[in-house]
This record gives sequence, structure tokens and C-alpha cells, in this order.
Amino acid sequence: MSIASIQVSETPLVLYALRRADDALILGHRLSEWCGHAPMLEEDMALANMGLDLLGQARELYSYAAEVEGKGNDEDKFAYLRDVRQYRNLLLLEQPNGDFAHTMVRQFFYSGFADLYWRAMMKSDDAILAAIAAKSEKESAYHIRHSSEWIVRLGDGTAESHRRAQSAIDDLWAYTGEMFEADDSEWALIEAGVAVDPATLRSHWLKTVTDVVGEATLSLPKNDWMQQGGRSGRHSEHLGHLLSELQSMPRTFPGATW
Amino acid sequence: MYTQALNASDAEDRYIEDADRSAQFQARIDADDRIEPNDWMPAAYRKTLTRQISQHAHSEIVGMLPEGNWITRAPSLRRKAALLAKVQDECGHGLYLYAAAETLGTSREELVDLMLSGKAKYSSIFNYPTLTWADIGVIGWLVDGAAIMNQIPLCRCSYGPYARAMIRVCKEESFHQRQGFEIMLTLARGSEEQKAMAQSALDRWWWPVLMMFGPPDKVSQHSDTSTKWKIKRFSNDELRQKFVDATVPQAYYLGLTIPDPGMKQNESGNWEYSAIDWSEFNAVLAGNGPCNRDRLAARRKAHDEGSWVREAAQAYAEKRKSRKAAA
Repeated sequence: MSIASIQVSETPLVLYALRRADDALILGHRLSEWCGHAPMLEEDMALANMGLDLLGQARELYSYAAEVEGKGNDEDKFAYLRDVRQYRNLLLLEQPNGDFAHTMVRQFFYSGFADLYWRAMMKSDDAILAAIAAKSEKESAYHIRHSSEWIVRLGDGTAESHRRAQSAIDDLWAYTGEMFEADDSEWALIEAGVAVDPATLRSHWLKTVTDVVGEATLSLPKNDWMQQGGRSGRHSEHLGHLLSELQSMPRTFPGATW
Repeated sequence: MYTQALNASDAEDRYIEDADRSAQFQARIDADDRIEPNDWMPAAYRKTLTRQISQHAHSEIVGMLPEGNWITRAPSLRRKAALLAKVQDECGHGLYLYAAAETLGTSREELVDLMLSGKAKYSSIFNYPTLTWADIGVIGWLVDGAAIMNQIPLCRCSYGPYARAMIRVCKEESFHQRQGFEIMLTLARGSEEQKAMAQSALDRWWWPVLMMFGPPDKVSQHSDTSTKWKIKRFSNDELRQKFVDATVPQAYYLGLTIPDPGMKQNESGNWEYSAIDWSEFNAVLAGNGPCNRDRLAARRKAHDEGSWVREAAQAYAEKRKSRKAAA
């Protein structure tokens, strides 16, 4: 028994909210996979905490997308009943947890961006998005602090932690370019003062990242090739597996309330 | 590592035992005084509490695994957030309890090693698998419900740090219990499939939950001294009966059947349950439950795979310290 995916009317604002909601859900889901398996209890707590922040952001953004779309979809339909091609998250965020260094580098790259992004979005002409941004910025400010501290500890810790942190940076670097891209759909919102142009945040982000990576005695790759596709539903192979787990219950028991 | 500083001045003195001190100690207990970390206490009291508090901490941490099994598959975003927050609470309880145990002079690292090597126990209930979403409801409703029954009296335990930890833990557990009951209620009002899922979970967890209160009073090893020291205030059988009496009407309200056809209410209103199969309890305790190996393997894996991270944090802290000293 299974249930078909929903149809979504992706107007620019609906698509915009779904993209950010998917970012938060997918990264939150990845962080929740650590629960009970982290290197120390304090990190079990911290990773769950960040996962909960992101899950909260996702729920607000999905609910807003549902309201704007007005077609009877809701947070759970968006999360549980869209297939891999309908998901709009950044490729970076669906990458597997890997070791603790990969998880922290992924968090560091993204929250460094998210913190700047949500701070800029607090000035959005869309009052709901501005309010979501204000809350998300407070949370991502903590996430970037937490992950920066770990990048430094791992980079400047032992030979093994240095090697693992460097390899995580090398593996994930190519997924960072996508954070700063905007397509035509998003440009309509940027011009209307609803969204901000992420490209304007890149130099600030790069400075933060370079400083922390330098303090950690690590380095950024020279290779500037950047992967793209998440925003338009061309994902890595990893997302399908994540979704098959995430969506297993509503897909198995169509229409049930939990 | 935090325990070294404690009692440094009278480190020798605190282990000397004599009749006077023992009598004074018991008099304090009898007067409902709270024993604090720096107070003199008999070695056996220290040992009993270290064992009990650390087992409790291990149970919280191992208990994250069966519920963690459903975080990535929770059926709605609301349930997913609630479950993740709940399992995070359990982790917080574990941390808090290890800290309470450390006040008795054994470090968290040593206590964790005892658990990982299989020498220290954790609650046997976590050696059962969570097969369906309904198991998450039953764990909240019954496993946390039974834990509360056990832990409420511990809020008045004679050892201060443990008693205070229990006050906070009980508050969160009672929230979890209501959450679990609400999951069950939603299933009970759902489709036939969901009702069957709820009943099957109750069928599988009922007897193991009754075993959570420990062996019957007539064979319990620790009760006598623990009662004398006011660590334990009610017997295993008393707490088990209280739990059964509280739970039967809840199951009835949910429209579920307790898997004990012989159960009947006696004249004083208590629900009399059938004989518990203690051979199952003993088998699980001996390491032969359905998930004993999986649980220990998962904890060992997290510990081993995390060792390079802990070493890095330690190495970095030391580097920073020596740089500061050199500056």
C-alpha cells in the first residue's frame, strides 16, 4: 500500500518558503540521526538541540508555504508526501553525517551562511518571513559559534582530528557555492524586497570561514568547481534514502492521523 | 575528573569507620536529615548509592536507543520534534545523574567504562525492541509511568544530590508519560490498523514493564539496607501494585486489553495480576534479552568512534593552556 505524492503550485513565494523549509528539515533530520550515538553526551545534547531548532524553522516555513499556496497542503504533506525531485534543499545539507568532522564542517559552512542570511532577511518586506528570520537568526548564531569552536578544536587538536577535519572540508567545499545562487523565481522576490540576494553575503561568509579555518590550522581547497541542483530537485543519491526513511509511516498508512 | 577536588582536605579521614560515626550517621538518617557529598558516610552507603545512581544514569543513556530508533521515522513533524526533545531529555537526565554519582567519588569515565565492559547494569526494559510507532507510545505511557512510580519516592532519598536530581527528572518524566498516553489515545481513536498496532505494543511491553519494579519482595537482595538508609521507601511489590492499579483504568479508557486474562479486582479495590515469569527477567538480566547485544554494541560503537573527538578536545585544551601560560 502506498500513497501518491502531492502536487505543489510553486509560485515564487511558495517555492522560496519550501526551499528554506527543506534546508531546515533535511539538516535537522541529519542531526537527529546522531541522537544516542554522539562522541560525548554533551554533543548528543547539542546536536539534538540544533536539530530541534531546525525542525522548528522547517515547520514554520512549511506552514507559511501552505498558507500562501492555499491548496489544502500542510507541513506534514510537504514533508512526507513530496518525492526526491520535488525537494528543494541545498545539496550540502543532504550529505551524510560521515564522521563527526564531516557533520561539524557541514554545520559550520551552512550556519555561517544561515546566520548572515537570516539577519539580512529580518528586513524583508514580508512580515512573516521577517519574523521567522528573527527567530532563525538567534538560533543560527549559536550554531555557528558551536561549530566554529569545534572546527578549531579538531583542526588544532591531534594529527588524526586535523586529518579528518581537512578531509571533511575538502569533501564538502564543492557544495558551498549553491548557497549563494538565486534563480529567476527568486529574483522576482529579491526585486520586490521580499528576499535578499545571497550573493551579496558571500564575501562576509568567506571571511568568517577563512578566519576560523586559519585559526584551526586548516586550509580551504583551491578547487573552485561548485555542484548545483538541489534548488531545482536534482539531488545527490543520498536524499532518496533519507526520504524513504523519513516518509515511511505516512506512505505506508495513507491518510492516518498520528 | 571533577571528583578529585572534593573532600581533598579530609580524604583519608572520610574512609575511617567506627561505631560512633556509624551511629551518628544512622541518627541523622532517622531524623530525615539530608546527607551531602562532604559529609561522612559508611563505605557501604557510598557503594550502594554509586551503584544505584550510575545504573540509573546508564539506563537513561541506553534508553535513548530504543526510542532513538523512531526519531528518523516519526510519522509527523510534530511527533518528530516531541520525540527528539524527549530523547534529548533522557540524555540530560543521564548527564545529571552521572554528575550526582561523581559527588560520591567515582568519575563519569570510570562509571561508563563499567557499563561498556558489561560489569554495570542498566534497566532491562531497554533490551526489548521498538518494532512499531505504537511502541513509542507505550514506552512513554508505561515505561516512563513505571519509572515515575519508582522515582517519586527517591525525591525524598537521604542522599541530597540524588534526591534533588530526582525532583527535576520526575517533572520531565511525567511530561513524557502524558505525551506517551496521548500517542496511545490517538492510535486508539484511529483506524483498525492503528488500534491493532497499539494493542500489539501493549501485549509485548506489559510483562517486561511489570518486571521493571524488580524481583518480588521475598527475594530482593538490596531492600533491607536501602530501606534502613532511606534510599528506598517502598518495596518492589508495593510499587508494582500501585502501578498496576493506576494503569488498569487507563488501558480501559484507551479500549485496550491488558494481556493478563487472569487479572481481577479484589475486595480492597486492588487489581491482582497473574504470576510474573521471572525466568524471562533473569534471562534478560543475564544478557539474553532480544537486544542486549545490540544495545551494548551501539554504546561501544559511539564510544569508540568518538574517542578521536574527545582526544582532540583534550589536546586542544592543553595546547591552549600552555600557550596562555607562555604568553
